Amino acid sequence: METLTQEKLAEKFQAKIDADIKIEPNDWMPDTYRKTLIRQISQHAHSEIVGMLPEGNWITRAPSLRRKAVLLAKVQDEAGHGLYLYSATETLGVSREDTIDDLHSGKVKYSSIFNYPTLTWADIGAIGWLVDGAAIMNQVALCRTSYGPYARAMVKICKEESFHQRQGYEIMTTLMNGTEAQREMAQDAMNRFWWPSLMMFGPSDAESKHTEQSMRWRIKRHTNDELRQSFVDASVPQAELIGLKIPDPNLKWNEARGHYDFGAIDWEEFWQVVGGNGPCNKERIEARVKAKEEGEWVREAAMAYAKKHKS
Amino acid sequence: MSTNEWPLWEVFIRSKQGLNHKHVGSLRAADAEMALQNARDVYTRRSEGISIWVVQSALITASDPADSEAYFEPSDSKVYRHPTFYDLPDGIEHM
Ligand SMILES: [Fe+2]
Ligand SMILES: [Fe+2]
Repeated sequence: METLTQEKLAEKFQAKIDADIKIEPNDWMPDTYRKTLIRQISQHAHSEIVGMLPEGNWITRAPSLRRKAVLLAKVQDEAGHGLYLYSATETLGVSREDTIDDLHSGKVKYSSIFNYPTLTWADIGAIGWLVDGAAIMNQVALCRTSYGPYARAMVKICKEESFHQRQGYEIMTTLMNGTEAQREMAQDAMNRFWWPSLMMFGPSDAESKHTEQSMRWRIKRHTNDELRQSFVDASVPQAELIGLKIPDPNLKWNEARGHYDFGAIDWEEFWQVVGGNGPCNKERIEARVKAKEEGEWVREAAMAYAKKHKS
Repeated sequence: MSTNEWPLWEVFIRSKQGLNHKHVGSLRAADAEMALQNARDVYTRRSEGISIWVVQSALITASDPADSEAYFEPSDSKVYRHPTFYDLPDGIEHM
């Protein structure tokens, strides 16, 4: 009796998904759908939050007041994105504190790109243009994801992201129109961030464990490789226009496919960085743990104040 | 630990004069004043609103989606509540 009901519910659920009807928080959903979403949305939230660290590193050293105001606004947006996504995760029945503790214990990951350091100002350009560019590719696709709160958060995030990429590209353009040293700095940032940006889309489809089920549930609407290809196709002309070279000797336009062919990704590096051995993994988590621990008394004091003034 | 977590609030925003407040999301805050301030920072960074309501999520009573078919069926079957139910003689274009 019990199993039959579960089967019926699962059938109804899949029928809703197939009809593109959104799933809302209190609707029945399979346990694995819930778990997959918790993992994916919280990972996404953590990426927004940890992603503030490499850029925050340059706020005090931005080269002009204009650049500083822009970078501050961008980093503030990322904090907002993290909050929308933590809220969306909470609608699935997990507590925010547990979600954050899972980041700190290493149980749940964030995008591996944020484990690379920001060595020069040009890195801020490369991040805005390439990293936010890659994130946008992914997020635009997720605006149609099947879980309502996640899809709504994505719509709002996508609206805010568009200036992020532009400000990065503007930094790169300015540097490429500058002195020889500035052009070298921009190219160096490009060389360091290009491949990690391609890795942001995750393992190739053949290796991706979750893709098939996630596509069936319409959590994902495009595969990792499809999105990666769109990103390469969009980025190459942008690089060429301002005179940046793509650090890939195998990159070339394939007339028959109507896409760029590109070289093999160093997946060994990807798994090393995901596994905790990137240049900044330790530093990033330490910064997050410190923020939580040092804010503890503030959160407690605010709660005590609220209780005292309630009556 | 989790007992120390700030309560959850739902945020409603009036985007411009003449429109209803609309649910835009949620956030955590220690009290109503902080919830309002956070809502402004989180949900109106690009002039999305001219007025904000915050309500503690725990105070909201919601209908159960599992019952929604039975719950809303009575209004589905009352087609005579819609103007298209009625026959009009030829010659009447607008009513
Ligand atoms: Fe973001
Ligand atoms: Fe962004």
